Amino acid sequence: MKAVLSSADITRALTRISHEIIEKNRGTAELVLLGIPTRGTHLAERIASEIGRIDAGEIPVGTLDITLHRDDLRSRPPRPLTPTRIPAGGIDGKRVVLVDDVLYSGRTIRAALDALGELGRPALVQLAVLIDRGHRELPIRADYVGKNLPTAHEEVVRVAIKEIDGEDSVSIANAHE
Amino acid sequence: MSEQNSGKFLLTSIRDLDGRERDIRIAGGVITEISSGGELDGIQHEDEKVIECRGLQLLPGLVDLHTHLREPGREDAETIRSGSAAAAMGGFTAVHAMANTDPVADTAGVVEQVVRLGRDAGYCDVFAVGAVTQGLNGRELAELGAMAHSMANVRVFSDDGHCVFDSLVMRRALEYVKQFDGVIAQHAQDPRLTENAQMNEGKVSAKLGLAGWPAVAEEAIIARDVLLAEHVGARLHICHVSTAGSVEIIRWAKARGINVTAEVTPHHLLLTDDLVASYDPVFKVNPPLRTDVDVRALREALVDGTIDIVATDHAPHPKESKECEWSEAANGMIGLELALAVVQESIVKNKMASWRLVAQRMSISPARIGRIDDHGLELGVGIIANLTVVDERIERKVSEIKSVSKSSNNPYRDLILPGKVMHTFLHGNLVVHQGELVRPL
Amino acid sequence: MSDNATAMKKHLLSINDLTREDALLILDTADELARVSDAPIKKLPTLRGRTVVNLFYEDSTRTRISFEAAAKRLSADVINFSAKGSSVSKGESLKDTALTLQSMGADAVILRHGASGAAHRLAQWTNGVVINAGDGTHEHPTQALLDAFTIRKHLKRSSGNATGVGEDLSGLRISIVGDILHSRVARSNVLLLHLLGAKITLVAPPTLLPVGVEEWPVEICYDFNEAIEDCDAVMMLRLQLERMKSAFFPSAREYSRLFGLDRERLLHARKKPLILHPGPINRGLEISAESADAVESVILEQVANGVSVRMAVLYLLLGGAHE
Repeated sequence: MKAVLSSADITRALTRISHEIIEKNRGTAELVLLGIPTRGTHLAERIASEIGRIDAGEIPVGTLDITLHRDDLRSRPPRPLTPTRIPAGGIDGKRVVLVDDVLYSGRTIRAALDALGELGRPALVQLAVLIDRGHRELPIRADYVGKNLPTAHEEVVRVAIKEIDGEDSVSIANAHE
Repeated sequence: MSEQNSGKFLLTSIRDLDGRERDIRIAGGVITEISSGGELDGIQHEDEKVIECRGLQLLPGLVDLHTHLREPGREDAETIRSGSAAAAMGGFTAVHAMANTDPVADTAGVVEQVVRLGRDAGYCDVFAVGAVTQGLNGRELAELGAMAHSMANVRVFSDDGHCVFDSLVMRRALEYVKQFDGVIAQHAQDPRLTENAQMNEGKVSAKLGLAGWPAVAEEAIIARDVLLAEHVGARLHICHVSTAGSVEIIRWAKARGINVTAEVTPHHLLLTDDLVASYDPVFKVNPPLRTDVDVRALREALVDGTIDIVATDHAPHPKESKECEWSEAANGMIGLELALAVVQESIVKNKMASWRLVAQRMSISPARIGRIDDHGLELGVGIIANLTVVDERIERKVSEIKSVSKSSNNPYRDLILPGKVMHTFLHGNLVVHQGELVRPL
Repeated sequence: MSDNATAMKKHLLSINDLTREDALLILDTADELARVSDAPIKKLPTLRGRTVVNLFYEDSTRTRISFEAAAKRLSADVINFSAKGSSVSKGESLKDTALTLQSMGADAVILRHGASGAAHRLAQWTNGVVINAGDGTHEHPTQALLDAFTIRKHLKRSSGNATGVGEDLSGLRISIVGDILHSRVARSNVLLLHLLGAKITLVAPPTLLPVGVEEWPVEICYDFNEAIEDCDAVMMLRLQLERMKSAFFPSAREYSRLFGLDRERLLHARKKPLILHPGPINRGLEISAESADAVESVILEQVANGVSVRMAVLYLLLGGAHE
């Protein structure tokens, strides 16, 4: 197992992403952050509070479960659902930023876009990820990336965050490790 | 019965009911010689087939007082030929074919036909049970005298499948058959208490949502009938006793001197109602499988003589009658081929009973109740050679045993059972040899 | 991801097929799916390409439509096979029907049948998933699940948890009233409510309680006034009037006086109990006409909850691979 990002690296990356979001959207008007469970949810909350700190406002943040939209349901036993929580203002006409920990094949984001489509019609959708490890299988790209991490297929990227794992770190391991 | 009794056999070192090894010679349909222990003179007779029987148990040929052979009417389920062959495979030399055929065996013509078909098949002596009432309708007596005096010589009468519920009809039937020493074999089931009943009423039926068949529906009829039998001084037989309460009533009646006999089926000695939880109708039977308390009481009653005999209630059914919903399915299980194995499992293996007791309960007593003379005889020179030879040491997976019954509603298929019938002699002829029919079906 | 995978049994034939965790998972999943039902587009792609057969040997428009709606909201293809009265009379056995459906590629069969154990039998004959939608007088597991879901939503919600998600039913006292003997709803509810920690009282005349009920994890009470005093929810069972012919009780009037629910009876209740009924109500028999109106609202809510619970069951049994 090889450490890739330390706790401080992660904090820096999220702070940078927060700034980029404000910059690219020319402020925080109509902004809504939706995390993809489980780690994406917590990353979205952190980014939201960081943006709030920078811009002195409260950014609506929610969570979007994509399980029912996955295209690989039949390859595994059924999974329990995680909650979907949409902020009170809804998503119609909003600038929605999806937040996830790792961007890989792109299928999760595809499912997230489908799930989003059922909840309303945002003005635009952007994507923020902590790690982009490549190997895309769909024409999807991230608007904000914490770190681009070239990997081999058989490698596994492990993201740990305080809220779930007790510490912040990113590492690469071989599949059998 | 009509077979020429040409076989000559020497059974060597076979174990008798007292556990002694003997040599036994059979010729002309009867036992001609028995060594008093050890070997016979040692001279082998001409044309004599020697069968080595060391370690094997000799029993008088088994007698079943309660068999459904389905012919005439349901030859798709069983014929007299296939059923009597199954009986021979199970060590039976005599069976009583129940009356609930189509047409019902309620006239001399039908009972004579049954006996004749049995004789033609030649696997086993087939006796006919006559119906008590016309068409089993429970109201008008069938021609009991005509059946008794026919060539079929009927002595056992039963509406089995139905209870003779009307107290007056039951009383008259008991009285009437006294004139030819007949017996009424009652299927004890109060029909009102068992309307649409599906299984034993108790904690399992409550859980499974199946309509209950309460023990009291059997016990109440037995109580009434033993009192009727006492009142008119008649002979009463109770079919397939299934509950601990019934045992108590019969025990009481016998202590009182009432002329009552009773039977238990192999399945009621071994299986219990929790098997119904699979909803597989192979376990659907009437009377239903009961609880382990009942099973224990029935075993004890069989050993202490409160219950006189084991009777199979062999009830073959075609596949489609069992491959359906529980409530749609027919009642009944096959039992001829494995009856002895189940009895061995239930009371011999656990040392509750000896082989002598098994011979009493499965051969001698049923022959006496049915008033048949050639079967169920104590071993001796000159007796007709209706004999069964069993290897009690063999254990078999039931699922791997080939059956000769036309039906496969076998509730024991997931079990391993002890004992195998090796040879069956009918009137001195070998009908089953080394566990195979000598004349295949 | 395997840590998230559920280990539910393949079929839902009886509440006994579920562990406490399975039952809570179904309720929590239903809770999540209920939100989908509130969304403007009520369709999820989850079961696209899966075929679900509604095999109904008994009339039950309510249950059939509920399953149909649930399957369709998950994008399954639904085939309705109403076999009422046709199976036996036309000579096609349940087994033949099962094999036919299997060769048509049914991934799941939802079976309503008049014979207890029919769903168990079907499961022995088919490769697909079997969901029991009521078998004779045995069980009706999804009805019990939706009852539990409704009870939880009403009685276990708190300020931070509007629907009681994640909670079981411990501490609640629930009375089930009426024809327990013939009720598949009662059998499934006794098992499920007990599994979820509720205290159950059965209220019925002794003739309508099965022999063997003493083995159930319940209290028995013949006096409805006494039972209602301290209970949180009352589940009224539908009474079939033809039961009168078999001497189960003397008259409809006597039954409703002793075991019916009316305003006076409710005066005996210390807390105002939640009242459930599987519907449709026999007004004036098990529930008086004036109380029935009050109950109707919960019955309508039950209909919506039924769809969510059945979506959850379909998702959990069909939404993934079964080894």
